[in-house]
Amino acid sequence: MNNNLKKINIYAIYLGAIILILPLIAFFINAFSFRWFYPQVIPKELSLQAWVRLKLIPKPGQRTFEGFIELWASNPTVIKALLNSLSIGFLVTIVSIIIALPAARVLGLLNFRFKKLIIFIMVSPTILPPIAFVLGLNINFISWGFSGNYFGVCLVHLVPIMPYVVLTMTGIFANYNPDFEHQARTLGANKTRTFLLITLPAIAPGMVVAALFAFLVSWSQYLLTFLIGAGKVMTLPLLVFSTASSGNPALTAAISIIFIFPAILILFFTSKFVSGESGATSGFGKI
Amino acid sequence: MGGERLKIILSLTPPLLIIFTLFFGGIFYGFLQSLGYQPAIGKYEINFSAYYNVMFSERYAKLFWSGLGLNLWVSFASTFLAAVFALFGALAIRKTFFAKTICNFIYSLNLPMPHLVVAVGIIFVFSQSGLLARLASQIGLIGSPGDFPVLVKDKYGLGIILAYIWKEAAFFFIILMSVLQSLGENFEELAQSLGANRWQRFRYVILPLVMPNLFSASIIVFAFSFGAYEVPALLGVIYPQMLPVMAFEFFLNPDLNARSEGMALSIIIAIIVMILVVFYFWLTQAKIRKD
Repeated sequence: MNNNLKKINIYAIYLGAIILILPLIAFFINAFSFRWFYPQVIPKELSLQAWVRLKLIPKPGQRTFEGFIELWASNPTVIKALLNSLSIGFLVTIVSIIIALPAARVLGLLNFRFKKLIIFIMVSPTILPPIAFVLGLNINFISWGFSGNYFGVCLVHLVPIMPYVVLTMTGIFANYNPDFEHQARTLGANKTRTFLLITLPAIAPGMVVAALFAFLVSWSQYLLTFLIGAGKVMTLPLLVFSTASSGNPALTAAISIIFIFPAILILFFTSKFVSGESGATSGFGKI
Repeated sequence: MGGERLKIILSLTPPLLIIFTLFFGGIFYGFLQSLGYQPAIGKYEINFSAYYNVMFSERYAKLFWSGLGLNLWVSFASTFLAAVFALFGALAIRKTFFAKTICNFIYSLNLPMPHLVVAVGIIFVFSQSGLLARLASQIGLIGSPGDFPVLVKDKYGLGIILAYIWKEAAFFFIILMSVLQSLGENFEELAQSLGANRWQRFRYVILPLVMPNLFSASIIVFAFSFGAYEVPALLGVIYPQMLPVMAFEFFLNPDLNARSEGMALSIIIAIIVMILVVFYFWLTQAKIRKD
């Protein structure tokens, strides 16, 4: 009896896994078959046509190294969006880490008045929906000249990212012992050397998780980019949304695969660090 | 001491500046606009007519209240169901079995997946010509796509709920796994040796232990699904429409007067979420005091 129950248990897990992976399977079938008509479950023929139409793979006959380079150099929309998403993500991640580092150190190591209040203010953007601030901010950005450009989009991405980076890094500093720094200083190391040789190695693992996470939040931002970018800054989520609304499944699937690739990669590398106690995990719900 | 104070202030200023000018500034300016203060189109008076219009005018009242109902239904249903699925998944997956690592990975796979992609995935799987409909027709359950139930872009928000379950179950799963891991199986074994059966162990041992984490995760999920735009925009219908989509559409309306109404709606969404969070803190604080 107990054995049967165990078996049912395990089959239920397998079933759950299959159901969970169904959308991913559908993405790949759609992306690599251009004419996948109902009621076929497995497409009759595989095709790269979606990728050709997105100008990511050259037409048959031109699939040489030069062919690829030439095609990508013609700056197709997907490549442009990909580069925008990547560069905005990198820039915002680096800036947020630099800004958060001193704040997290202070919050993690020192005790002072209003600390709880400051943490509460710091995390408030994680609870209230983005639509609550971005509509008002949009008007301000227009009058400040930040609307419709790259800089404005980077700036607005800092709002959802800042709380998680500060929170995750505060957690790192709460378990960090600054006495090692004093030792290094008494032994004659200057401030830069102390930071590079003592502080940085100690906080690096946590910092990498915070950085990957910050990148992912920026990477998947739709509403903020759409409103502040005013249609002039094209990123991958915007492309996925507009293609999905126009309803071509093959093109949507192909762009989506490019879009989710870094996400899966990041999960793969961070799965060790991701646990319920980490401040970063709570942010995953918001991507 | 003075030096330390200066250091604290200098360190905290940059992130606080970002949050105050961009986040609170945005909310404040949105609030001003919702009161009808729009210097851009020469309106300087302050009143609550946008709020009144959205909630009670003949033109919008039906849209608003049906939207609010849909919002509550979608957020409650998806939070609850995602938590339940994740709880059973996490409890079942603790035992060792074949391909456990792969299953674990698949169960957390949706965690870093953007909501937008999950919504597209739901269309691919659950639409009337989606993967499930094709499978159903292969085994002879349905004939034409029209025989498959409308699960995406339906007026009950089922597609939206499915997307949130897909995405947030992974979130609950990760949280529950780490709680269960840190608890170990000692409590359960103790209960078992005292004669508790399966259900009793679940109801009186596991559930109370995971409840605090489950509850705070639920608040995050509920607040998010209440105010998010992408999923209902892709998987929803025009009527009834979830409030964030409605707010955004008001805002994009070429008629600049509708802007105040859009802002009013976004402020209403924020207030509801805020009430919820305050209620949650009050509840947990009251519990701590009681304990």
